[in-house]
Amino acid sequence: MIGALKTLIWRDVRQSYASGGTWLPVIFYLSVATLFPFAVGPDRDFLLQTGGGILWIAALLATLLPLDRLVQPDLDNGLYDQLIVRGITDELIAFARLISHWLAFGPPLLFAALLASGLMGLEGPPLVTLLASLAIATPALAGLAVMIAALTAGLKGAGALGGLLLVPLAIPLLIFGAGSIADQSGSALLFLSAVSLLLVAITPFAAGAALRAVRE
Amino acid sequence: MRNEGSDSLHAEALSCVRGDKMLFRDLSFALSQGQAGLVTGPNGVGKSSLLRLIAGLLGPFSGSVDTPLSIALCDDRMALDEHLPLAIALRFWARLDGKTDADCMIAMAAAGMGHLAEVPIRYFSTGQRQRARLARTFLSSANLWLLDEPANGLDAASVELLGETLQAHLDDGGMILAASHIALPIAFDLKLELDALEPVEASR
Repeated sequence: MIGALKTLIWRDVRQSYASGGTWLPVIFYLSVATLFPFAVGPDRDFLLQTGGGILWIAALLATLLPLDRLVQPDLDNGLYDQLIVRGITDELIAFARLISHWLAFGPPLLFAALLASGLMGLEGPPLVTLLASLAIATPALAGLAVMIAALTAGLKGAGALGGLLLVPLAIPLLIFGAGSIADQSGSALLFLSAVSLLLVAITPFAAGAALRAVRE
Repeated sequence: MRNEGSDSLHAEALSCVRGDKMLFRDLSFALSQGQAGLVTGPNGVGKSSLLRLIAGLLGPFSGSVDTPLSIALCDDRMALDEHLPLAIALRFWARLDGKTDADCMIAMAAAGMGHLAEVPIRYFSTGQRQRARLARTFLSSANLWLLDEPANGLDAASVELLGETLQAHLDDGGMILAASHIALPIAFDLKLELDALEPVEASR
């Protein structure tokens, strides 16, 4: 089972980086950070106040970009059917997808966040908190993406539906994540960790159930 | 009910419903080691659904089926990465099935694809794609091969080659259940003819 998991993750990660799709969220993220000062003006204090929140919203939106590539191609290709025939469960497939998607999504996004905070003038403790909050939240964002991709697989207009589904599910992450930047006590980060853990924990089961339903 | 781990294939009063339509009803048959079965019938009668049901991808509406633990399914989908060369794409399944690169070479040769090992799959023709699917099936060490139209798009020489590989699998004690409109050059011990059912209201 562990061997199968490693093989699956390695294939997905290699494919994500080879296809170049990994850098799409990064470019999007940097575009938002570049455009924001043009829209609201270059006032340094204002950028410092709002920059963290904007970068958080950009992270949520960046989550939407790879949705259509996460599950649908492999489903159409018959890959999942072949895995099921080999006795690999839907939950394990979803778990592997969660890990491989995070590996292709999390680190590049953190790297982009570091560059983007430079554009917002964030530095010192707020920068560290922003990066920490994103590092904690990216597994949950990857999990949400995998869940939504599995739920909407095979549907027409899956992209638009995906956006609608993500917004309510991601609100707790946004509240505690963006809130952690102004929060001195560190409790927002703890709440963020709890929400993130919960989302990561339910992902294999929710996405696995969705994969099973789409097969029947 | 579907039970795995038996050393033969045994279906008892199997029925299958897709959507609102009952595809087949009270289907019973058995295949033991070294035997091959052929499923025939008009389009849409449920041949593919029968194979998917045995593979565990669909649940039966009623009845039970006992299957071997290891099954290989060859249907109309590639399950191979299109942009990768065949040898590399097959390596993914080789790893999952605990096989080596040498096994990949043997499977590709058995499917007549040895000379195309370095060619990305997206450049393959219809017949070559079918042979790539067959190579993926040959690669698995599964006891029971479920083949959905395995000879689709193959030329006469490739059908001949396919027959040789299928016969070798049967001689090794393997089992084959194939749905095919094209005559396959092996002797079938079992012939299942599915007929379209009169429309009946299916209620769960």
